[in-house]
Amino acid sequence: MLDAAFLRHWLASAAALVDREAERLTELDSPIGDADHGSNLQRGFAAVVATLEKEAPATPGAVLTLAGRQLISTVGGASGPLYGTLLRRTGKALGDAAEVSEQEFAGALRAGVDAVSALGGAAPGDKTMLDALVPAVDALTESFRAARDAANEGALATTPLQARKGRASYLGERSIGHQDPGATSSALLFDALVETAEAGRE
Amino acid sequence: MKMLINVAETVVADALRGMAAAHPDLTIDVENRVIVRRDAPVDGKVALVSGGGSGHEPLHGGFVGPGMLSAACPGEVFTSPVPDQMVRAAAAVDSGAGVLFVVKNYTGDVLNFDMAAELAEDEGIQVAKVLVNDDVAVTDSLYTAGRRGTGATLYVEKIAGAAADERQPLERVEAIARQVNENTRSFGVALSACSTPAKGSPTFDLPSGELELGVGIHGEPGRERRPMMTSSEIADYAVDVVLQDLQPRNPVLVLVNGMGATPLLELYGFNAEAQRVLTERGVVVAHTLVGNYVTSLDMAGASVTLCQVDEELLRLWNAPVRTAGLRWGM
Repeated sequence: MLDAAFLRHWLASAAALVDREAERLTELDSPIGDADHGSNLQRGFAAVVATLEKEAPATPGAVLTLAGRQLISTVGGASGPLYGTLLRRTGKALGDAAEVSEQEFAGALRAGVDAVSALGGAAPGDKTMLDALVPAVDALTESFRAARDAANEGALATTPLQARKGRASYLGERSIGHQDPGATSSALLFDALVETAEAGRE
Repeated sequence: MKMLINVAETVVADALRGMAAAHPDLTIDVENRVIVRRDAPVDGKVALVSGGGSGHEPLHGGFVGPGMLSAACPGEVFTSPVPDQMVRAAAAVDSGAGVLFVVKNYTGDVLNFDMAAELAEDEGIQVAKVLVNDDVAVTDSLYTAGRRGTGATLYVEKIAGAAADERQPLERVEAIARQVNENTRSFGVALSACSTPAKGSPTFDLPSGELELGVGIHGEPGRERRPMMTSSEIADYAVDVVLQDLQPRNPVLVLVNGMGATPLLELYGFNAEAQRVLTERGVVVAHTLVGNYVTSLDMAGASVTLCQVDEELLRLWNAPVRTAGLRWGM
């Protein structure tokens, strides 16, 4: 079972990974975006960690809802609303339960991913964060590790795609050959999930 | 890349502090990043709020003042502002007559303004939105995020701002803003890439000896790269591309806009060529603006925007305006 503390650790771990990978994300964002994905997410996740330390909500749902709202308030760009919606809608789908099963978490995250897809009007194959998120939630019913692997494979598989949403879409064919920074940062969430789950078992 | 900054993290806040010191008729909330005309809210007047990433100055903060925007919210460099900023701006300027959000067509701007509109309506503020999407360089918009918003933003903000000053109601101000957008097209070229403070080096690779035709205001490439052309050849290309899309029957307003690093000497020369092409094509010019208005940090290059106007739009364009970046008649 996953409790509020688990979710807080997950987000703290995600924040640490984003912090470590910020430069690489920005580097990926510079040929096809505007070279700020790393610094924007870094700012947002740092604010999430600070807020959760201050407020410490009691349920998994409340942790994610608060984190999502914080991302919307601090990140800006497309990443703010998209990542914010992912966490907020996942949190809302979890409801008020003090603990949730891994299956319930997987179901809620799917609701979050669906909301991201609806908000951005994108689908897998458009070279966006959904190329990591969708295979990851599909694999999440199996295990956290399977989800992590699927997310990372999905992120790598964006390289040969032509972007059809977001700023990279303006490049047309010239977006081909670059790994999508949004899919890459999305995979970090699942790296963090495995890290958190395995740290808990030790 | 050498930059006149302290550290990348404080670039926007530092600029706002400096802007506040230079423009006492603006109220600038540096912490929350909202720029408001000092006399807001103005009784009975529809308020115009715009915003977008920083790095395009004077857009948008430089267009706040009587006759144009009521407030602007600058985001991080090339990053849309967040909904909190937009709601704060709307609350500061709403007189009860409603607020028009002027939104450039980029995924981040659209999503954040949509969220802000919902939140503002929850607070009892009546909100309308106009989407600016004038960049003809973007093709097959079915499969992209659609045409980008660039130079037309200035015309939408000025003309709709004048309508709001006349105390026209929100629906009417919104309709005028849409009319301006629908009658405006732009095309930009880059001679060099720009460098964001966060990255510190050029965000794309544009070899010397080449230019990018159809560049966006964040350096996003457009249609093609070619070996460097003369000002005359670029004007032929850019004006023709715009005219293929707009085909104006009425007079046009012309904006020859610098991307940030191209001197006025070159912009005026380019304008001479643009005017030549327009004359050759039989297009009547009602007014021309030359300068750096919708910039892309230190990118070299220029864009051409044509806005077709009827009598009413021309009258509203000529109405007095007093902002940091655009000012006449008052």
